[in-house]
Amino acid sequence: MQVHSARGNVFNATLMHGALLLYTLIALFPVFVILINSFKTRKAIFREPLQLPNAESFSLIGYETVLKQGDFLQYFQNSMIVTVASLSFILLFGAMAAFALSEYRFPGNKWMGLYLALGIMIPIRIGTVAILEMMVATGLVNTLWALILVYVAQGLPLAVFILSEFMHQVSDELKNAARVDGLSEYQIFFKIVMPLVRPALATVAVFNMIPIWNDLWFPLILAPAEETKTLTLGSQVFIGQYVTNWNAVLAALSMAILPVLVLYVIFSRQLIRGLTSGAVK
Amino acid sequence: MKALSLKAVNKHFGPVQVLNDINIEADEGEFVVFVGPSGCGKSTLLRIIAGLEDVSSGEVFINEQAVNQVPPSKRGIAMVFQSYALYPHLNVAKNMSLALKQEGLAKAVIEERIQNASRMLNLTDYLKRYPSELSGGQRQRVAIGRAIVRQPKLFLFDEPLSNLDAALRVNTRLEIANLHKQLSTTMVYVTHDQTEAMTLADKIVVLKDGRVEQAGSPMELYNNPANRFVAGFLGSPSMNFLPGDLLGLNGDTVIGVRPEHIAINENSAMSATVLHVEQLGGDTNVVASVSDNPVTVRLFGQHAINEGQQINLQLDKQNLYLFDPQGIRLDETSVRH
Repeated sequence: MQVHSARGNVFNATLMHGALLLYTLIALFPVFVILINSFKTRKAIFREPLQLPNAESFSLIGYETVLKQGDFLQYFQNSMIVTVASLSFILLFGAMAAFALSEYRFPGNKWMGLYLALGIMIPIRIGTVAILEMMVATGLVNTLWALILVYVAQGLPLAVFILSEFMHQVSDELKNAARVDGLSEYQIFFKIVMPLVRPALATVAVFNMIPIWNDLWFPLILAPAEETKTLTLGSQVFIGQYVTNWNAVLAALSMAILPVLVLYVIFSRQLIRGLTSGAVK
Repeated sequence: MKALSLKAVNKHFGPVQVLNDINIEADEGEFVVFVGPSGCGKSTLLRIIAGLEDVSSGEVFINEQAVNQVPPSKRGIAMVFQSYALYPHLNVAKNMSLALKQEGLAKAVIEERIQNASRMLNLTDYLKRYPSELSGGQRQRVAIGRAIVRQPKLFLFDEPLSNLDAALRVNTRLEIANLHKQLSTTMVYVTHDQTEAMTLADKIVVLKDGRVEQAGSPMELYNNPANRFVAGFLGSPSMNFLPGDLLGLNGDTVIGVRPEHIAINENSAMSATVLHVEQLGGDTNVVASVSDNPVTVRLFGQHAINEGQQINLQLDKQNLYLFDPQGIRLDETSVRH
């Protein structure tokens, strides 16, 4: 067997793949444990947490509880609306701000960019009390809009920062060609620049999607009412101070993974291009 | 009718003056080339004509209409960019049709124009391809096609050949010349390459530091340059400049002589040492030193000359140019006896 080739040797390749596989296992293990235990009886969860469900321990009690208790579909829908709406607004407004910052020269351009990026460094939760007061004053408490607005504010700084970097890379000649071709500034934005920064848009979407989907803090404070509960908040009913319904918690978590997974798969092809674009060439 | 006139055009970016009192006219159907070293303002001038940049003062007329307030798409122009600037996410046909759709032309008309242009440029087989799937030369043709379909009154080319390799550059240069013959539309072409300027232009405008140094037909500029800069910029290899005392003139005077107007003559008094020989096959360029002044001599055919060899040079007195120390052309009759 040829051990050495021009591009490295089998030993190195094995080592590398070994390390990657190990990492994959470590990363997937918690998810795997949640999934298998969600299909087991309560006793089996505690007796043999790492065993696969068998004929004796298999049970759908967790899923039954989740679907019966509370309006789980409603929570699901709330989470979906909040996540998708927040992402859309973050991408739309973030891209617009980034376009203005990268395309037009105006006094204070640099300062405006810095001001918008400042939000990356300040955790929005510090302002929770003030946000709550504002939401109470505007009557937005217990509406999905309260959550959407907060998440948009939370996501915009990073979105503007990343997108304006990418938009700098769209060549001026291309935009000028579009101007000569008779496109308005809005058309240049939507028809030329947006399609070209699609990988960056996907990157921003994924970075924002998961924290929003998983957030417990703001739903708990701003929208705890039954009809506006998100999935993460809804699942908390099964976690008590003294008794936790583990079957239900694990089932709820398993179900909560699905939609994010779907969204992630949609964005990930673009994401990989986004992270590696510019690395070569 | 004047297809293009620029009247007293000035442009500054902040305190930096990039264009200084530019006055240029182009007749209908004329091929005008702006040429000059990088940073001379030629591209800025083109962008002003296109409407991508505003003038600081002065006026721009296209087909005798003032267009200072007219946006690029309404000026009746089409532009070919240096980097081609094709839309990467649209295929060739869509790249070409975008402007026409913006104008609101009927589908049949758009289709017909694209067919005509792609036939003219041999792009018929590539209409469904994306720019990334095309070679450099093909991309350049698409960029030209995108300009042609608009049927503009004025074509603007911004260094369109600078990204192509040498062989392709010569071919595309011929194609552009042919295109100009077929369409007989006014074209304005910016380049830093004097060969492109000489071969394509009806009229060359030489720019330097934001000023027009001289404008005229290629041969006018070649045979009768207004100053040392124009004399040195046009022609390859470029003109030799020697101190005046070599010919018994005032030492401040500069003698200009083109490489083809110097001969090797054993009986001449001007001796030189050969520094370097370029054998091109058809031509031989000899770089020699005359009292520490480098002189390029262009000989036709092939010559056996070696480095370090002593030769005697003879300047053609009928083809000398004299310049004062500031580079202004002087009257040469005194030396042409």
